Amino acid sequence: MSSPLKIELGRRYRFSASHRLHSAHLTEEENCRVFGKCNNPYGHGHNYVVEVTVSGNVDPATGMIANLADLDAYVERNMLDEFDLKSLNEDVPAFRDTVPTTENLCIEIFQRLKSFPSAKLERIRIEETGKNSFEYAGENSEGNRQ
Amino acid sequence: MILLTRKIEFSASHFYNNPSLSPEENRRIFGKCNNPHGHGHNYTLEVTVEGEPDPVTGMVLDLKELKDILEREVMQRMDHRHLNYEVPELTGQIPTCENISRVIWLLLEPKITQGKLHRVRLYESPDLFADCFRNGANAPGNS
Repeated sequence: MSSPLKIELGRRYRFSASHRLHSAHLTEEENCRVFGKCNNPYGHGHNYVVEVTVSGNVDPATGMIANLADLDAYVERNMLDEFDLKSLNEDVPAFRDTVPTTENLCIEIFQRLKSFPSAKLERIRIEETGKNSFEYAGENSEGNRQ
Repeated sequence: MILLTRKIEFSASHFYNNPSLSPEENRRIFGKCNNPHGHGHNYTLEVTVEGEPDPVTGMVLDLKELKDILEREVMQRMDHRHLNYEVPELTGQIPTCENISRVIWLLLEPKITQGKLHRVRLYESPDLFADCFRNGANAPGNS
């Protein structure tokens, strides 16, 4: 017998921020070797695209898993307001002691959005540039998905 | 297992309104999407089929056949149509991305006999999509 259908809703958001990849646990030479150009002392920036995917029952009254206005407002408040046109290293407390790679950014954004009340956060996928992307689906996921 | 994805685009109009709610509630919940004259989108549909390549043809399924199925089941039903009025499968449902993707899944699943339908992803715009798949199947887009 077939398993039930599952529906997920994906929404893409954009923000621009600067960062510098540098670890206090490494020497100057090691930082330079490991992070290359990304270790340049004054940092650089990206236009990040963040894909937020949620799941849940589709409400028969609205046809929706979650009202997009609610999701947009939640993401605005918990992510965009904190990250857009900021320095990830300087302006985001989580990155004072953690290297703001896009891997860590996925985890940070997942933590910030996982309590969205109207649906279950399934995963965060971030395009740092058009050529590379990263995904995180929480600690207990069976694996990240595309 | 191989995943094979075909993409098509169709354009359709819709609006969101639940007749069992008051006009005020409809406006509050659906906002601009409640405009009674409707509005439209260019939808992009990605249909992913899973299976093993046939040893003779090297194919999971004949792409031409998949193209014909999508033409018959989706394009002819939905392209340049008003989703509220012209698609019987959506009658009584709000034509959101979530509901349309489920309707498309239910239309396609029995028609795909070579390989198995793995995922339906419907983009309403580049920034909004719904995925429909069988729960418990492997993650969407993944083997």
